[in-house]
Amino acid sequence: MELVQIQRRLVDYTKSLFMEGFLDAQFLQLQQLQDDSNPDFVFEVVSLFFEDSEKLLNELTIALDQPNVDFKKIDSHVHQLKGSSSSIGAQRVKNACIAFRNYCDVQNIEGCLTCLQQVKQECYLVKNKFETLFRLEQQIMASGGSVPTIELGF
Amino acid sequence: MDSCNCIEPQWPPDDLLMKYQYISDFFIALAYFSIPLELIYFVKKSAVFPYRWVLVQFGAFIVLCGATHLINLWTFTMHTRTVAMVMTTAKVFTAVVSCATALMLVHIIPDLLSVKTRELFLKNKAAELDREMGLIRTQEETGRHVRMLTHEIRSTLDRHTILKTTLVELGRTLALEECALWMPTRTGLELQLSYTLRQQNPVGYTVPIHLPVINQVFSSSHAVKISPKCPVARIRPAGKYMPGEVVAVRVPLLHLSNFQINDWPELSTKRYALMVLMLPSDSARQWHAHELELVEVVADQVAVALSHAAILEESMRARDLLMEQNVALDLARREAETAIRARNDFLAVMNHEMRTPMHAIIALSSLLQETELTPEQRLMVETILKSSNLLSTLINDVLDLSRLEDGSLQLDLGTFNLFAVFREVLNLIKPIASVKKLHVSLNLAPDLPEYAIGDEKRLMQTILNVVGNAVKFSKEGSISITAFVAKSELLRDSQTPEFFPVPSDNHFYLRVQVKDSGVGISPQDIPKLFTKFAQTQSTATRNSGGSGLGLAICKRFVNLMEGHIWIESEGLGKGCTAIFMVKLGIPERLNEPKLPFMPKVPTNHGPTAFPGLKVLVMDENGVSRMVTKGLLVHLGCDVTMVSSREECLRVVSHEHKVVFMDVCVPGMDGYEVAIRINEKFTKRHERPIIVALTGNTDKVTKENCMRVGMDGIILKPVSLDKMRSVLSDLLEHRVLFEAI
Repeated sequence: MELVQIQRRLVDYTKSLFMEGFLDAQFLQLQQLQDDSNPDFVFEVVSLFFEDSEKLLNELTIALDQPNVDFKKIDSHVHQLKGSSSSIGAQRVKNACIAFRNYCDVQNIEGCLTCLQQVKQECYLVKNKFETLFRLEQQIMASGGSVPTIELGF
Repeated sequence: MDSCNCIEPQWPPDDLLMKYQYISDFFIALAYFSIPLELIYFVKKSAVFPYRWVLVQFGAFIVLCGATHLINLWTFTMHTRTVAMVMTTAKVFTAVVSCATALMLVHIIPDLLSVKTRELFLKNKAAELDREMGLIRTQEETGRHVRMLTHEIRSTLDRHTILKTTLVELGRTLALEECALWMPTRTGLELQLSYTLRQQNPVGYTVPIHLPVINQVFSSSHAVKISPKCPVARIRPAGKYMPGEVVAVRVPLLHLSNFQINDWPELSTKRYALMVLMLPSDSARQWHAHELELVEVVADQVAVALSHAAILEESMRARDLLMEQNVALDLARREAETAIRARNDFLAVMNHEMRTPMHAIIALSSLLQETELTPEQRLMVETILKSSNLLSTLINDVLDLSRLEDGSLQLDLGTFNLFAVFREVLNLIKPIASVKKLHVSLNLAPDLPEYAIGDEKRLMQTILNVVGNAVKFSKEGSISITAFVAKSELLRDSQTPEFFPVPSDNHFYLRVQVKDSGVGISPQDIPKLFTKFAQTQSTATRNSGGSGLGLAICKRFVNLMEGHIWIESEGLGKGCTAIFMVKLGIPERLNEPKLPFMPKVPTNHGPTAFPGLKVLVMDENGVSRMVTKGLLVHLGCDVTMVSSREECLRVVSHEHKVVFMDVCVPGMDGYEVAIRINEKFTKRHERPIIVALTGNTDKVTKENCMRVGMDGIILKPVSLDKMRSVLSDLLEHRVLFEAI
């Protein structure tokens, strides 16, 4: 495909992500932090997030499987996850975490399990989205172009 | 009788005469034979005889003569014809040889004679050469003596050693009985016996300097023979011996000022010392010419050596003096430096210390003015206020000037309304001017831009000062203020030939002229005007107050604005005109007029807003930690990351200016860190600013943060702009209580 077309696709795709609520303004902040001295900043942060989130989700799964559920621990994990997701602007994940926490506060195991599933789902979705995004960016970089900055007015 | 071929001798043989002839011939032949033999013998003995051929010839001649005479012996008696033939042959030969010899001798005898003359000539020459050799030898000896003496004399630079050595060496070389040196006394009227050869401590004989014999010696540069009876020579106790010949020579004492390269100081020196040399008595020795020459040369050398010694002394003295001066200068410099440091310290302290009470006085007095006061009290308060204002101005002026002189003052550039500045000045000046019944007019040129870029406050201060002076020094009349843009032709002023203002696209030169009809200034006072604390001492000015700093400060401000200020006056009573030109910037955009009303634009724009600011970030969450770090790095900070509390406490130091702490983990641990940090840094200004990063800013969290002594709280997630403004606020105010 031509460079311009790829760029256009990237812009559209990113816009759609925002529209659908996968990403929020925080992601734009992240993109602003990426410059010549830090060319892969976003990629690094996002990768770190997914590593972290995988670990946390595993922990959560194990913790909720216990006969005696340690809600404090679950709360702290979810808190972590919420913090991470909000840091990169993964809005839907963050919202799911908030819901999870609420259930955790009231010590509702069922609710927690449901939320856990939801969080997992959201993570998986946003991970795919990010992968597509990065692939498009790589294509643009390989063709010698520059990644267009998104200007969203909302 | 038979006829024979015999030849008869003419005479009878028995005749007595014949007998005698016979005997003589015999002896002659003998002699003639023996002479060549003798000749050969003696010539063989001598080595050189140049005329061998002559000798042979001579020998032949003699032999033949002898032969002839020998043969003659036979002719006395009857002899045969053969004998006669032999005799004839011999005679013929002899004739030939003798004639040849005679001819030869004509050539040879003059030569032989001249040999003798040559010999005489050579003998004379030899005698002459001998004489000359003798002379040269004596000269060479003299030269050697002189060199040796000179060497001895010049090998030392000490005066006494020089003189002593001279005497000793001279005494030795010339085998003198006594050698003495008479030096002129301080008064110059007497000669004092200073050094002698034989006597160890010469008693202070003095001799008046104007004796005829002494004058005679001094007037000639040669050594002069003097009588042994004259006072200078009567050093030895007179004995019965015949005193030896005495010679005296002058020794010029050269002063340093006399020592000029091209001018041998024959005539310019007047001071001489006298050197007296005495030959041993009863020695019948006489002063020879070469000895006198030696003495003269030595005297000259001594003079040179003495002058060198004097020069050395002088230069040592000068060097010592210079060293002393050096030390003194160094001390003075150090003292001056200390003084300057002390002054700077003093000013630095006074700057704050003086202004604070002044502020208090002024503020409270003006507040007091607002209250209800009796007329007397009001008068008193007004006086207090006026005096303290004056004092405050004076303090500010002095401090400003010292800051200006240090070069630490910098202009606060900004865009301002030029017209407004002039109007303000006018408003300030109008009351005083109307009291003095002075008419003030302001004339702004039409091409003067309304807005300009420069230091508004200081420009106003300058204009106010200049106009204020005009008002102060005018008792009546009018004051006119003109302001216009200086054009290139007018830029070069005859008053300021060294000032070449060059206008450009971004700048223009504002020229302000303030003309008054006051007391004027005399031309010689004009240069003093701009020097601080110097005031023209006229009664009018003495009453008008001021410390004389105003114009000095104005000049410095104007210089900072790359301009020039000067005053023209035609003389006392003719008023004066103060003119200054300053460089102002031209504002670029047309919507500049809004600028004065816009809030102060933050200067920290751009990525590296806080270059090198050391920041510590504590966050357990890897992702958010990374994001925060990215934010801060983007802003140019030097970020240290820690992920646990212990690490935070370990790493934190006074180098870190800000500590961002994540406190949203449930539990009180984040706060504990803050408490620990507070404990660690006792002094408040060493402590880093602690900011909490939290996901919720409810009241409880806020209270907790405040309780543990945190300086601020930020809600996560933080945007780039928010972080930037938070940091700038924090660094400016050191406290931020909430940034959402």
